[in-house]
Amino acid sequence: MINRSRLESVTERIIEGIIRFCGFSAILFVFGIFFFVFREGSGFLFSGLDIGQFLTSPEWFPTSVSNKRYGVLALLAGTASVTALSMAIAVPFGLGAAIFVSEFCGPKLKETFKIVIELLAAIPSVVWGFIGLTVMNGVIIDLFDAPIGLTVLNGGIILALMSVPIIVSIGEDALKAVPDSYREAAEALGATRWQVIYRVLLPAGKNGLLAAVLLGIGRAVGETMAVLMATGHSVQFPSNILDSVRTLTATIAAELGEAPVGSDHYQVLFIIGILLFTITFIVNLASDLVVKGIRNK
Amino acid sequence: MSKRQQLLYLFVIFTLMIAVAGCGSGGDSSETETSDKAVIQNAGSDTMVNLAQAWAEEYANVQPTVSVEVSGGGSGTGIAALINGTVDIANCSRQMKASEIERAKANTGKTPVELIVGYDALAVYVHEENPMNEISIEQLANIYGEGGNITKWSQLGISHSTCSGDEVIRISRQSNSGTYHYFREALLGNTADFKLGSRDLHGSKDVVELVEKTPCAIGYSGMGYRTDHVKVLDVAKKAGEQAFSPNVDNALSGDYPIARPLYIYSLGEATGKAKEYLDWILSAAGQKIVSANGYVPLETGAPMTESSDSSN
Amino acid sequence: MSTSATTSPNPVTLDPQTRFRETALVRRKKFTEKLARLTFLTMTLLMIFPLLLIVSYLIYKAAPILSINFILDNPVRGMRAGGIWPAFLGTLYLVGISLLVSAPIGVLAAVYLNEYARENWFTRIINLAVVNLAGVPSIVHALFGLGAFVLFAGMGRSILAASLTLAIMTLPVIIASTKEALGAVPTAFREACWNVGATRWQTIRRIVLPNSISGILTGIILQVSRAAGETAPIMFTGAVFFKAIEKGDIFAYGLFDQSMALSMHLFTISTQVPNVPEALPYGTAVVLLGTVLLVNALAIVLRVYLRSRKKW
Repeated sequence: MINRSRLESVTERIIEGIIRFCGFSAILFVFGIFFFVFREGSGFLFSGLDIGQFLTSPEWFPTSVSNKRYGVLALLAGTASVTALSMAIAVPFGLGAAIFVSEFCGPKLKETFKIVIELLAAIPSVVWGFIGLTVMNGVIIDLFDAPIGLTVLNGGIILALMSVPIIVSIGEDALKAVPDSYREAAEALGATRWQVIYRVLLPAGKNGLLAAVLLGIGRAVGETMAVLMATGHSVQFPSNILDSVRTLTATIAAELGEAPVGSDHYQVLFIIGILLFTITFIVNLASDLVVKGIRNK
Repeated sequence: MSKRQQLLYLFVIFTLMIAVAGCGSGGDSSETETSDKAVIQNAGSDTMVNLAQAWAEEYANVQPTVSVEVSGGGSGTGIAALINGTVDIANCSRQMKASEIERAKANTGKTPVELIVGYDALAVYVHEENPMNEISIEQLANIYGEGGNITKWSQLGISHSTCSGDEVIRISRQSNSGTYHYFREALLGNTADFKLGSRDLHGSKDVVELVEKTPCAIGYSGMGYRTDHVKVLDVAKKAGEQAFSPNVDNALSGDYPIARPLYIYSLGEATGKAKEYLDWILSAAGQKIVSANGYVPLETGAPMTESSDSSN
Repeated sequence: MSTSATTSPNPVTLDPQTRFRETALVRRKKFTEKLARLTFLTMTLLMIFPLLLIVSYLIYKAAPILSINFILDNPVRGMRAGGIWPAFLGTLYLVGISLLVSAPIGVLAAVYLNEYARENWFTRIINLAVVNLAGVPSIVHALFGLGAFVLFAGMGRSILAASLTLAIMTLPVIIASTKEALGAVPTAFREACWNVGATRWQTIRRIVLPNSISGILTGIILQVSRAAGETAPIMFTGAVFFKAIEKGDIFAYGLFDQSMALSMHLFTISTQVPNVPEALPYGTAVVLLGTVLLVNALAIVLRVYLRSRKKW
């Protein structure tokens, strides 16, 4: 009997160890990602790459024979413009939808909308890209008399549709967290629905809603296939939303395949990866801190 | 816990086990040498990827015991994979550089062997409603090259009515594709770069398809990518000289100025299955596929096999 | 909401005829209420409408080609006709193997977070890591997969490397929904079990896991849907343009082979293969979208069904 119970306690310990290890694995993976991406890019990052030029020059000539230049400013501008446009569309609509689902829906309707939004979130990004390339391209040319339909607008609309689900679901959670007594108090004071929303719900849920928007931004910045196919992939500063741009993510996706392993170009693409990792890390950290702000209140 | 939940639980475990068993048996066949089906790994040029795919597809009928894996990515990918020794043969739409050959030697101890398997002519595409018919290399250089001053169709003497802004929309390829390299070299030599702001698409077909839909556009891509809804321009070496259309005869005669050979590289002389595959590619059956895909087959007769000593 | 009576501006009048009559203010309130409802409904519908529009448009365009044979046939004539069997099978392999890795790790990680971890800074860091893992761009996962699995671990470009990359990428999906499911099991259940002398692990195995199996399954199913749709992480780690396999052979791929995948196939035939009949990419998109949405719908049905059977 003693042996048996000892065996059991040993098994228990082993299992507990495995569980603990799996629990820590998330940290391991995040560090692993940073480590390996950094490892591939570090050689050139510390010797050879002019970081000032990297961040401030718009000239991206990674394969020039005479004068290679690695400047990502135009790519940053591309990412920023597409993300900004997509947020300009997705934030009002996403928050509107979150308000509708949380405040105006009966339980049945709410469930239905949530399912549809979940399905919207499930559409693979390559399918979105395909839609941008084949459908939206023609629509934009016809509608705006634009010379080309693969533009900031195209990518922005698609990214908006892609990031709306996350804004809706997190935003709805945030509104749900506002106590009902707030709403009741406001209505008892004679406030209209608009007033309840503007004066009570939005201020009370502001942290959660901000977190929702931040996560939406994170999603939009990191999206790859859709923007690769829909934005026209052109290194330039966009002067309006009908210009083509190229984003950081799309640059990696398009060029990594042909950059010989270990070459400067290859390493620069990994450095762009570090840059992306850092941007999304900060965005996620910010949204986490904002959410923690609610919890502490 | 209820019976049903136990069942569910069991079901999950069962599914996982089946999956394990499934990939276990898959894993057995993965050793390329031991399995009954040999795998030839073939990576490289985007220009040639469809050709390589067609070969691979047909070869599965000719030699069912060999499975050819084709990946595109570009000439650089193929060469890089060859240098790392991860592929058997690499497709290239440009010649390997001396430095690359050195790296391959240093890395693998074998010398890459070059094989010309066909020719490709880069066609210059415009929208079908574009009235232009021919263009010279100089004009192309002025459109694409850094410092070039042509940005409007009217500067080329064209009144292009369906293009509303008169702007020349330059469609190009991502800067490390073999097609881009070759086109840049043909236009500008090795001294200058292309202007930024072109739409650098990811695939040869993408270029043609976008030109098809974009009245103001001009683009370049292999002549095999031609469709019925784009216009292909005749190209002259110099302004005022005769312009030639991209076709097999003009490419072989050298009249068409932007035609290039297509290469396959192997690490050392190919042996075994890979050699059989390469021999088949050079045979009449393989070359028929070259022309069926819109490329220029080798001249009938002697398949040219030349050992690469192109480190000059 | 019934606010009409209490907010009447005339509380003095107690005549029952007029007391409940709508005043101008009440009417205005009702109007704004309706207006608000309509505005937000419109916004919601504007987000949902595209989904329906897109799905129906894709199906409409794909209709001529859709059939069970489209999935089960090999592509022919340079992927310009025939089916998508190798890509479909490849996606099954990638998803299956990634699931094998991420499901146990993900579930156990969630068990740790919910059952073992204390409320302290370290747990917060783990949670933060999970959130960040979910937020890392897919292309950065691709870089990681290339650096860690393909090159460092020496797996080469293979199904294994691509699956592992997908597994790490989709881990947060499983962790999040498993954690939620575990959290929904009342603490009283655990306490009852501890009181009869069961150890922590026994409690988890006998009580907590069986009672949360529905949520865990939902997470696993969502992982499948996410993994099936991803392109960027597999592009550089194991997906190829083309690989000839035998029709109907479900063990055609080995762990160290490269494979085709549905998402990659959609990308290549819509950007790289010329003269593809229009229905073909649409058909591929519909099969991909259909697979993903069906799997998702399965998760939803399961969740609704099991929730309705919950006994506490």
